[in-house]
Amino acid sequence: MSDIIIFLLLIFLVICAISVSFSKNLLNSVIIFMSYSTVMAIIWILLESPDLAITEAAVGAGITSVLFFVTLKKIKIIDEMVAKNGPTLPDSENVTGKEESTHE
Amino acid sequence: MSKLRSQNEYEKTSSFRFWQWLSGEKDPYIDHVEMKVQEEFHEPPILVKKREIDHIKLHNKIYDIDHNKEIKFFQGVYRVSAVVLCAVIIVALVICASYLPEAGNPNNPTVNEVAERYVEQGTAETGVINTVTGMILNYRGFDTFGETCVLFIASSCVMILLMVSEEKLKHLPKNLEPTNDKILQYVARIIVPVLMIFGFYVIVNGHLSPGGGFSGGAIIGSGLILYSSAFGAEEIRKFFNEKVYKSIKITALILYGCIMTYYFYTGANGIPNIFPLGTPGNILSAGMIFFINLFVGSEVACTVYSFYALFKRGGL
Repeated sequence: MSDIIIFLLLIFLVICAISVSFSKNLLNSVIIFMSYSTVMAIIWILLESPDLAITEAAVGAGITSVLFFVTLKKIKIIDEMVAKNGPTLPDSENVTGKEESTHE
Repeated sequence: MSKLRSQNEYEKTSSFRFWQWLSGEKDPYIDHVEMKVQEEFHEPPILVKKREIDHIKLHNKIYDIDHNKEIKFFQGVYRVSAVVLCAVIIVALVICASYLPEAGNPNNPTVNEVAERYVEQGTAETGVINTVTGMILNYRGFDTFGETCVLFIASSCVMILLMVSEEKLKHLPKNLEPTNDKILQYVARIIVPVLMIFGFYVIVNGHLSPGGGFSGGAIIGSGLILYSSAFGAEEIRKFFNEKVYKSIKITALILYGCIMTYYFYTGANGIPNIFPLGTPGNILSAGMIFFINLFVGSEVACTVYSFYALFKRGGL
């Protein structure tokens, strides 16, 4: 039973790893990367190394993604996306950037 | 041309496009991803040369190169001593390497005895129940000290690159700071204390259960990040400002170095040290591992939070 679960999770890992690099939206890439780290943490637990699992969950899914989000915010991608298709959040009122984006 | 299909027909197939992408002729994502390729900045070579000459002239004028004997002497000594230092280090490393066992030999001690000893006598010798912590903090404490130094240097480099001045930090653009997000604040108020306590638990129980300094420090760091992103920089500066950050970071590294030096000195000379092993299973056991876990944890927490703060606003 445990073998089947590990096998499924490994397939999911490969799919995640491929779709990170082929996703056109950088925000989606970061979120897929988070799910990759979470699944990796589960696999570490199934392989009986809980030390690594805790570190993977804290660093891979938590801190790396936060740093990526901050970087995306810094290069103004999240603001652009909110100004274009999302509802206007109170945070993005000051954003004047309505430049034409190449994303349809 | 002995192709089955004509060139026009071949260009429409996906294998042709794949081949184009593989050989780098055409990137299908070039205009569709959000980041644009930056244009290179070209400076006219005359300007570059003029700036270099100006720099050398200014340098000569300030130090009075023609009449200053000290600087000439210093430059000579500097070059010679650099070569001598490199030669000494190279010779010492090569001599050390010649004493190492042959690579790939099945009778090497790393293949047999070391792993066996870690598993069999780890609990008796270091007083830990979680053998992994005993291994990385006691048997290989020197490696972990190197890793802690790497963390320290990395956060210092990020500080050098991204730190902004105090006045600029006070007049930040408003969209970098949170604007009273009620949901985030309410969630943070519930989660942050739990995160902090859990991180502290993971650090303090490092020698008994899975975890240790690195993972616990990362958890505490994410708690600090959540707090700062929910309530803003002003709130977190009330208890975690730059002064606290510097003192925690430097104290942890120095104390770690001191304890490790003491431990190595007493161990190498066969003197009993002041850290009792205690009963395996108690919180206050396992000698110095408990303290080293605390130091590594605080170091990692500070590093993680400082990365976030420096990336986000350029100051703690």
